[in-house]
Amino acid sequence: MSQRIPVTELTDSFRDRAVGALADGQLRTNFRVAMDSLMQKRADAFPDEEEREGLRELGNHIKARALSQLPDLLEQLEAKLTENGIKVHWAETTEQANRIVHGIIESRQGTQVVKGKSMVSEEMEMNDYLAERGVECLESDMGEYIVQLDGEKPSHIIMPAIHKNRRQVSKLFHDKLGVDETEDVNELIQIGRRTLRKKFLEADVGVSGVNFAIAETGTLLLVENEGNGRMSTTAPPVHVAVTGIEKVVGNLRDVVPLLSLLTRSALGQPITTYVNMISGPRKADELDGPEEVHLVLLDNGRSGAFADAQLRQTLNCIRCGACMNHCPVYTRVGGHTYGEVYPGPIGKIITPHMVGLHQVPDHPSASSLCGACGDVCPVKIPIPELLQRLRQENVKSPAEQPQVKDGGAKYSPGERRLWGLWKTLNTRPGLYKLFLWGATRLRVLAPKNVGPWTDNHTAPVPARRSLHDLAKQHLNKGGQ
Amino acid sequence: MSARSNILNKLRAGLAGTAPRPDDFDDKLVTEPWLYAPEDRILRLRTLMEAVHTEVHQLASADWPAKVQQLLDSRNLGNLLYAPGTDHGQQLAQHWQSAGATQDLRAYDRPIEDWKEELFWQVDASLTGSAGGIAATGSLVLWPDRHEPRLMSLLPPLHIALLKASEIEDNLYAMMQRQHWSAGLPTNLLLVSGPSKTADIEQVLAYGAHGPKELVVLILEDA
Amino acid sequence: MSELFYDAAPNATRVAPERSAPRVYPAKPAEVTLFGTCVMDLFFPEAGLDAIRLLEREGLRVHFPQEQSCCGQPAWTSGYVNEARDVARAQLNLLDNGLPVVVPSGSCAGMFRQHYREVFADEPATLKRVADLAGRTFELTEFLLHVCKVQWHDLGQPTRIALHTSCSARREMNTHLHARELLGKLSNVERLDHDHESECCGFGGTFSVRMPEVSGAMVLDKTRSLRESGAAEMVTADGGCLLNINGSLDKQQQAFRGRHLASFLWERVSGEVSS
Repeated sequence: MSQRIPVTELTDSFRDRAVGALADGQLRTNFRVAMDSLMQKRADAFPDEEEREGLRELGNHIKARALSQLPDLLEQLEAKLTENGIKVHWAETTEQANRIVHGIIESRQGTQVVKGKSMVSEEMEMNDYLAERGVECLESDMGEYIVQLDGEKPSHIIMPAIHKNRRQVSKLFHDKLGVDETEDVNELIQIGRRTLRKKFLEADVGVSGVNFAIAETGTLLLVENEGNGRMSTTAPPVHVAVTGIEKVVGNLRDVVPLLSLLTRSALGQPITTYVNMISGPRKADELDGPEEVHLVLLDNGRSGAFADAQLRQTLNCIRCGACMNHCPVYTRVGGHTYGEVYPGPIGKIITPHMVGLHQVPDHPSASSLCGACGDVCPVKIPIPELLQRLRQENVKSPAEQPQVKDGGAKYSPGERRLWGLWKTLNTRPGLYKLFLWGATRLRVLAPKNVGPWTDNHTAPVPARRSLHDLAKQHLNKGGQ
Repeated sequence: MSARSNILNKLRAGLAGTAPRPDDFDDKLVTEPWLYAPEDRILRLRTLMEAVHTEVHQLASADWPAKVQQLLDSRNLGNLLYAPGTDHGQQLAQHWQSAGATQDLRAYDRPIEDWKEELFWQVDASLTGSAGGIAATGSLVLWPDRHEPRLMSLLPPLHIALLKASEIEDNLYAMMQRQHWSAGLPTNLLLVSGPSKTADIEQVLAYGAHGPKELVVLILEDA
Repeated sequence: MSELFYDAAPNATRVAPERSAPRVYPAKPAEVTLFGTCVMDLFFPEAGLDAIRLLEREGLRVHFPQEQSCCGQPAWTSGYVNEARDVARAQLNLLDNGLPVVVPSGSCAGMFRQHYREVFADEPATLKRVADLAGRTFELTEFLLHVCKVQWHDLGQPTRIALHTSCSARREMNTHLHARELLGKLSNVERLDHDHESECCGFGGTFSVRMPEVSGAMVLDKTRSLRESGAAEMVTADGGCLLNINGSLDKQQQAFRGRHLASFLWERVSGEVSS
């Protein structure tokens, strides 16, 4: 854990990491098999297209309604939670959020923290922040536990250890926990259960994420299958939930379609094993549950995306992971290639707002814009449209005032000039036809090596005559 | 409060001159696909529960204590955690006495701090009631309170839950409406749809990740 | 764009566009414009000519404006909005005569139908003309199937083919459905499914040169599943994918090839081998 490589210090590029990932046959197989299975599960969970599309539309409208009154809902949420005895904290940056969490732990003289799965805590790099201050922060989701034990980051937002197979997990447990090697998945899980149950018992503080924060009732809703989320939020004397400001919804009933969309899109489940709705700490006469419950609301760049109506749609996301499951790029390069907390299509559109385009300059272009992500998004985020928009922001000159954090990361006067030439050619018919004439008549001179294209293809050779030529001749003869 | 006001101010600036979107929630979309005839409702619930390894029994309400005893006998379990302050807890205790059941009944009647270690490691099974069931998703609704605390349904390897047939609703939306959830929720409301599980290693399903390894639901048909 | 907004404020929170109702097709017109596309122009002109012949066979007079060039998609998807807009405007001006526009490429047709309204989002006056163009733009297979309502007699030998559909054509134009239905009208043609049929071939315009390794892995998988489908050849209604797939097959020194659906269809219904 102490040997972490902060993602902010990664020096290689998306493309460099992709090359490494593509060369790793085991990794390719692990991802392809897993993504194929997840795609099938989602398809099976939505047998009725009409039902699915109606629900997606409703999900989209619910999120849009929440975003259209986000500041008011956040205030309502805060008031309701406070009324229910849950303390609300606000953080603009991950640093602030970490300080708040650490402050709560310190106030209890805590040294041990167990964490349910939380992507926001990954954004915060909370484990490392706390470790540096002498607090052990242990992941308790099996997948998260596995990657933490191996000093890695999650490679998928729902299935953090999907890049590993059972042999790799077996070896890891053997090396780190001193247990016998076994390729029996049940046995591996039982090793995890025993190890972590002790930690749940001892923990001073439990940390979790939030799937939906309900303003109407002041409720934090969490979904999970393992029970580690319930453990983290119920067994320790203090529960700290961390979440992004976009997770608030207006009404309790709003979560009915969102839950269904989330669990079916993510793993093809009609519902997760546990839906855990927390509306307060232990009451005076209750026998268990945390004595204190806190919620940390984190911005971390979200308000930047929110400022622009088009980019605001990014915040519809309910973190199901379907976009990555269906992404042909993600399937081939895996989650770590993205070098950031959120991989896949959602990672490409949300990370720039968090860390700035200068840190992820290749994110917007690492897509063929095939649109599979947008087609499956349960809340209808127009992901390809947003990628295109980020490409615009990415090639702007400083004078053009990019509207995304650290925009203009790919601004290149040279490339701009090339597109200028392309424009001239395609807006002046005489010039265009001259170009066609030259390209077809001089086709034997076509270069055999045309940059990266010829890494994967032979060089394309222009036809003998252009369609302009052939069509003119054909139609002049009267067609047919 | 500066982080708070900075965030809210930024968000308000983004929305300047706009109105909140209307509430166009269409409850038909979350109810109509999930409606069941009375005779199909239990079957639907049961099918979904069994698909995720929940053991389901349908029986008359007088018979359940004996069934609980039998479930423990067949598994050779030594003790059972129960809630003495509930009606079903008292019914269980009476049966235990009259039937001379051998398993140790342990009452959840003290704050967790007094016996955390024991609860975490030494309880074999628990019996709880439920606030209803949801046919569409095969879920139990648990409404923990001072008599039947939250951890009863989480820590023991075997969790046995009672479900009254008359309290099974078609879908989550109907359940929320019927029980007026939005008017007030307990500190911890739970939907439980099977024993604890994970597929985090190679997507291979394994049960008993952190919570119960087994969930048994006893549907009381005449209740 | 107006349907994206519930009120006039440009910063109003957006909802997804309403699902479009199935397209209502007009009666067969007397004349159409063919928009040939830049890739076809330079690399697959014979397929463009076959598209003209297929339309003429249905009794249509085909116009091919000599001033046409590119729909503007390469610059648009690369983020160069101004350059894309200028090129798009040139095509918009050229196609402003009310004639139906037939495009032998789903992604370019999709550019006209779906993306010009984003390209010209800031020009309300132009948006009216954009909507007009969108309403009379048809991808070739769609036009043959739903507007011409072709009835064909298959003159070719029995054969088995695989169909690849470009992702944007599938999403924006339903080309996969139209092409399948058209192929279904050919009695001697058996269409075989291939593994991960709906997955992208890796072209993605400039993606193929910006991320050549990832794109290369994608086209390698695509060509493998096409070859392993048992088909004699692949057909597609999109020049970009065709350039990508055939270029890769050639590099791999595989004999298997793809060709444009227009050439394949012309060969089947005319009995002539494409020029």
